[in-house]
Amino acid sequence: MAETKEKSLSDEKPKPRVRPIVRLGIFLISHSFHVSVVCCTAGVLALFLLPVLAKNTYISENALMPGSASPMLSNQHVSDGNRLVKDLTNPNSKSSETGIESHKIIAQYMLDLGAEVSFHKFHPQMNQFHPLHFFSSPDSGKIQENYSCSSYGINTVGIIRAPHGDGKEAIVLVTPYNALKSGFGEALSLGIAYSVFSLLTQVTWLAKDIIWLVADSQYGEYAAVAAWLREYQTPKFSSLSTPNAEMCPDVNNLFELKGHSISGSKFSNSFRRAGTMASALVLKVRDQNEQFEDTISIYAEASNGQMPNLDLINVVNYLAVHRQGLRVNVEKLWSLLNSSWLKSLGEIFESLAKVAKSLYPKWKFGIPATEYVEGTATLASSLYYQALGVPTGPHGAFRDYQVDAITLEISPKFSLDKVWRNDILLRGGRLIEGVIRSVNNLLEKFHQSFFLYLLTSPSKFVSVGVYMIAFALLIAPLPMVAASLYVDANSSSNCSKGDSSTPSAITDTDEHSIAIRSWRWLNSAKLVFIVHLWGAIVSLLPYFISQIPDCSPTTSFMIWVLLSILSLLTLNSVLASPLACAKATQEKEWALVKSVTISSVFIGLGLMSVINFATAEIGALLMVPMCLLAQPLKLDVRAGTLRSFCRMICNLVLGHIAFPPAAFFLLKGMLDGFGNANVGDFWMWVESLWAWNSATYLFIGMVQLPCWVLCISILFHTC
Amino acid sequence: MVLLQRPHILLLLIDTHQFLQCWIAFGSANEEGQQQEEFSEELLVKPLPDHKLLAHFHFQSSAPPSTSNGCHHHLFPKAISQLVQKFRVKEMELSFTQGRWNYESWGGFDPISSSNAKPPGVELWAVFDVPQHHIDASWKNLTHTLSGLFCASINFLESTATYSTPEWSFPPASGNVRYGTFPCEAVCTENLTPWLRLLPCRDKAGIALLLDRPSLYRGFYHSQRLHLTSTESSSEGIDSGIILEQTLTVVLQPNSERAIEVHASEKHVQPSWSLSSIFGKQVSGRCVLAKSSSVYLLLDRGLVAELKFPNKENGKSAANGLTSENFWSNPSFELSVNPDRIFLEESSSHSKSLSILYMFQVEKYSESEPFDIGLMWKVPVAWLCQQTPLHASRFLMGSGNERGAIAISLKSTQFTEGFMSANSKDGSCELRVDVFQVVPWYVKVYFHSLRVFVDQQPRAVSDFIEKIHVSPSKDKMSPGVMEVVLKLPCRVNTAALTIEFDKGFLRIDEYPPDANQGFDIPSAIISFPNFHASMVFLEDDSLNRSPLLSKFQDKCPVMSYTEVLLVPLTTPDFSMPYNVSTIKCTVFALYFGSLLNVLQRRVAEEERFLKAKAAKKTGRLPLLLSKLSAKLRGRRREPLHSPPSSSSFINSKLVLKVILVAGLAVGWQYFFS
Repeated sequence: MAETKEKSLSDEKPKPRVRPIVRLGIFLISHSFHVSVVCCTAGVLALFLLPVLAKNTYISENALMPGSASPMLSNQHVSDGNRLVKDLTNPNSKSSETGIESHKIIAQYMLDLGAEVSFHKFHPQMNQFHPLHFFSSPDSGKIQENYSCSSYGINTVGIIRAPHGDGKEAIVLVTPYNALKSGFGEALSLGIAYSVFSLLTQVTWLAKDIIWLVADSQYGEYAAVAAWLREYQTPKFSSLSTPNAEMCPDVNNLFELKGHSISGSKFSNSFRRAGTMASALVLKVRDQNEQFEDTISIYAEASNGQMPNLDLINVVNYLAVHRQGLRVNVEKLWSLLNSSWLKSLGEIFESLAKVAKSLYPKWKFGIPATEYVEGTATLASSLYYQALGVPTGPHGAFRDYQVDAITLEISPKFSLDKVWRNDILLRGGRLIEGVIRSVNNLLEKFHQSFFLYLLTSPSKFVSVGVYMIAFALLIAPLPMVAASLYVDANSSSNCSKGDSSTPSAITDTDEHSIAIRSWRWLNSAKLVFIVHLWGAIVSLLPYFISQIPDCSPTTSFMIWVLLSILSLLTLNSVLASPLACAKATQEKEWALVKSVTISSVFIGLGLMSVINFATAEIGALLMVPMCLLAQPLKLDVRAGTLRSFCRMICNLVLGHIAFPPAAFFLLKGMLDGFGNANVGDFWMWVESLWAWNSATYLFIGMVQLPCWVLCISILFHTC
Repeated sequence: MVLLQRPHILLLLIDTHQFLQCWIAFGSANEEGQQQEEFSEELLVKPLPDHKLLAHFHFQSSAPPSTSNGCHHHLFPKAISQLVQKFRVKEMELSFTQGRWNYESWGGFDPISSSNAKPPGVELWAVFDVPQHHIDASWKNLTHTLSGLFCASINFLESTATYSTPEWSFPPASGNVRYGTFPCEAVCTENLTPWLRLLPCRDKAGIALLLDRPSLYRGFYHSQRLHLTSTESSSEGIDSGIILEQTLTVVLQPNSERAIEVHASEKHVQPSWSLSSIFGKQVSGRCVLAKSSSVYLLLDRGLVAELKFPNKENGKSAANGLTSENFWSNPSFELSVNPDRIFLEESSSHSKSLSILYMFQVEKYSESEPFDIGLMWKVPVAWLCQQTPLHASRFLMGSGNERGAIAISLKSTQFTEGFMSANSKDGSCELRVDVFQVVPWYVKVYFHSLRVFVDQQPRAVSDFIEKIHVSPSKDKMSPGVMEVVLKLPCRVNTAALTIEFDKGFLRIDEYPPDANQGFDIPSAIISFPNFHASMVFLEDDSLNRSPLLSKFQDKCPVMSYTEVLLVPLTTPDFSMPYNVSTIKCTVFALYFGSLLNVLQRRVAEEERFLKAKAAKKTGRLPLLLSKLSAKLRGRRREPLHSPPSSSSFINSKLVLKVILVAGLAVGWQYFFS
């Protein structure tokens, strides 16, 4: 910077040429205002354009060959499945307190097919907040001392060994089942899985082993699947003195009865394994009925916005739509569907596309307005669930072990009388069979298609190359504005100090003071660092608060807020409070603070975009305007022009919105209505975030909150 | 083609070389040849507990020592004898396997399973009778020859990174052993045909006629094995020359009418079968070149115990007294053909009950009256095969692309408990387990991280490991080998060995075409040297000559193979070379461009030129451009000749013009299209 200044001062001499890239940089920095306005608008616009830019999905991996073989699932298998459903819904089977009877029935059915069966007992593990465990691989779990016989779950696992296969790989089929209060839907999902399973014991094309996991969902579907996976992947060989599930009488009973029912070799109470898991399907049937047609919903988001390979979704979508005539759904934000502004935006895009098409017939990028609205709603939910970082179903547990998995939820159409039940069993079964057959065809693991994408409909996606543009445009102005603020702050202090007409004098005489001034930003950096440190402390506080017994969410939240404020004040006073004694001589202090804040936000957003893109995108939408607009209110009041007034209003509004709890309540209000908003909800939400090891929590605590505090401090800066 | 060429050349060389020798020795060959070349074919059928059927074909050809017979063979395959002579193979075993042997339901304690249950893919081991430093060369040549002979990619075992040298845990313990496996070899009929070509009758006559490809490969397990022993070069008096043992073990499902079966009330009844229903073919007489040709039906110990033969107590005497009605017309099953002989096992130490062997001579049958034995079950029978003392399974632990662990878990089958307690005379009963594990070099095993868990308690390694031999892997050179001798207490329920590894990186050209599938870790071999899988049937002079039964009498230790593991390694983006070359080219272009620029430029002259240009009045457009560039240079703040407002004004004017023209064009297009 100083170099360029010197150059500009000595304009008479023919100058050595500056490199074009440097020139471009200087140009951008000097026009940072315009650049940032253009970039931010373009970024937001690009985000809204994403549904238009979405591409149709296609099967990328040739080996999958979905639907190329005709389904082999016949009515015979369906009636097998029906038998199981009847047996399970039979009131006799529910007589037992613990629901062991139904597990026995399932195991017996599996055994009759010639599958290897084992029970897996697990104790539900409460999700604990482990600071610093965020990105570590799943461990074998903490050993808890207070296991009791009353609280354990039983997963029933059946394994079919592929007759010709070498047993290196396996496909997992999961059906959550709560034996205690199972709805009809759960029984039906078991029926579908059973009919597929009974088919697969006979087929000769099987190359990968099939594992059917009936996950005991009385402690949550996820917990059961996660417990089984933990045992599968990271077993503990040493059992310490903790009471084992084997000692509980019920479980022993379970094994005894099984042992002699059939030639015992197929059944064992030891944990059974197959090879490396190639992919997993979670199958559910919803109890309440859909009014229009049979639909199937796909849930794919795993923890921290990880998605399964797009090919898996493609296969399911292709088979469901083109083979089984099911309607495929992905999550939508329903509230967005009726918003008129989105509709009008869609219409604008549509008409623009029409014009463009008439200009040049090859420009075909338009989509109908209704499709646009739906695409946006889907995209928004896709972004939301990825940003949340909480898995949307039991499939999330698989992703932690790099296994591609999705949850399929079938919502049947009519009241389930006999005919419809058979129909749904047949179609659902054939869908599952087709997917398993496709995955079975795979020679390699899923790697061809995308892992980073956003869905705008079941058959449309936005890949990383496209959606990154919106984000990049949003955060592009940040470094420029930071640089220009820095230059401004330095040069203006230069001007205030010395006489601008004789700049050479300054350079000659006062080089030392310039050197000092150029290091002035360290002061602001210190402030920013302290606030970020505070952010880290705030995000660690819940761990201690959660240790307090019998605390309602509201009080916990209050304690958290109080402690946070207290710690901020303490830090401020202890660490030489740069906020108060900000060396009032430097009137451009706030600009430097803003510059450093913006840089730190840029770094934070950049890092976050690698970890969880959706969080970074939503964070950028909130934080970038706030950071860019922040200016002391006093200055705006003093200026009194319309522009400064507007800026003041914007600042105040953004200052409210960007506060994480406020943003949360606003979002919640928009989705569910403001009626039942409760202060404790935020605490619950945060609790769920850390329980799922969501990086969003860290982002909020260590990037967004400090940024907000810094911006507020800039707003109320006394200058 | 390359693969095939080399062995051919080799064979050719052998041919010419041998020919000269033989020609000289020809004259004296015939008189000496007291021992004849022999060939025998046998088939053993055994019902398995899970409604399946095991068929074990056993063909054995033997050649007397070559000195007695020259290079001419009547029956013995010449390719094999040349191979033995050329590479001085003392013992060799090659197996092609598809599917997995199910140790739990098909048993692991009998001679068939412990010597014929093989890991999936190709397994080859060989003992050479050459000096130490020639072994590797011999091995390489052998792999190439075999790969040509059997149409398989055995030649990949040539590289030192794929085979290993077991020190002592591998059964034919000697320093000259080389052992290699290739788990991902797909085994199919192309491997079977050359194997059949080694038989004197091929599959045109005799028992081999049954080898109908579709029904063989429909089976659940399929393992073809070639075992040869040569005592040719030994200086001992009794020379048996070369013995070539070819076995084919298949596990088949008799009539698969399961759909009907499930709903039948008697679903536990074993399916009835006959040779023609399983293989779709019948045996129409023996191979005329075979010395003996017989089919056996084996009812193993567990089954015999279940069947409750009416006079079990005096069974022994009955077996001696030729065919006893009791043994083949049992209330629970019926044989379609009367057996020619019945053998009863001699009392075995491992089990209370004894297995029964029915023998059928194929010689009696002909084209008009083909041989077809069938077994019809009348009542449901359920039994268990005798299992290995500990059931071994191996799996991977951990996740991610960085590290993991291999775990071998041993679980007591409680099948041989009685035997073990009986065996513990001095109270300190110990069960010896040998583990032999080869890991490829890209799975970097940390041998210090070996941990032992016995009965779910972590234990000190030295408490249970009696002997351990480790040869660490060398990158791209040799695999890691671990040989462990475990001494476990007999009462042990579970034991586990875990060992951690890091996943290595490969160079891009070292990845196989299907790199994203993952990489195989070959099976570990778990053997129990204290236990011998042998079946001794009551001695008889005719029995003495049956190679299959004499094979059963051999005391070979019980062995089992664990699963093959699949380790996913990090794979690069395989378009990377393209990207790299693109980037490289860009960098080169930039570098050379700027270099030339620097070399060409003369700064002083340029400045003069600039000044001259400034003095001269230029056109309007160049002026605009220069102003724009001046703006780009960041000279905005300094007072210029023209005020900055004018420059931006002109600038915006230009922009306006451009927009106007573009708008006109768009409008034109819009209205006139």
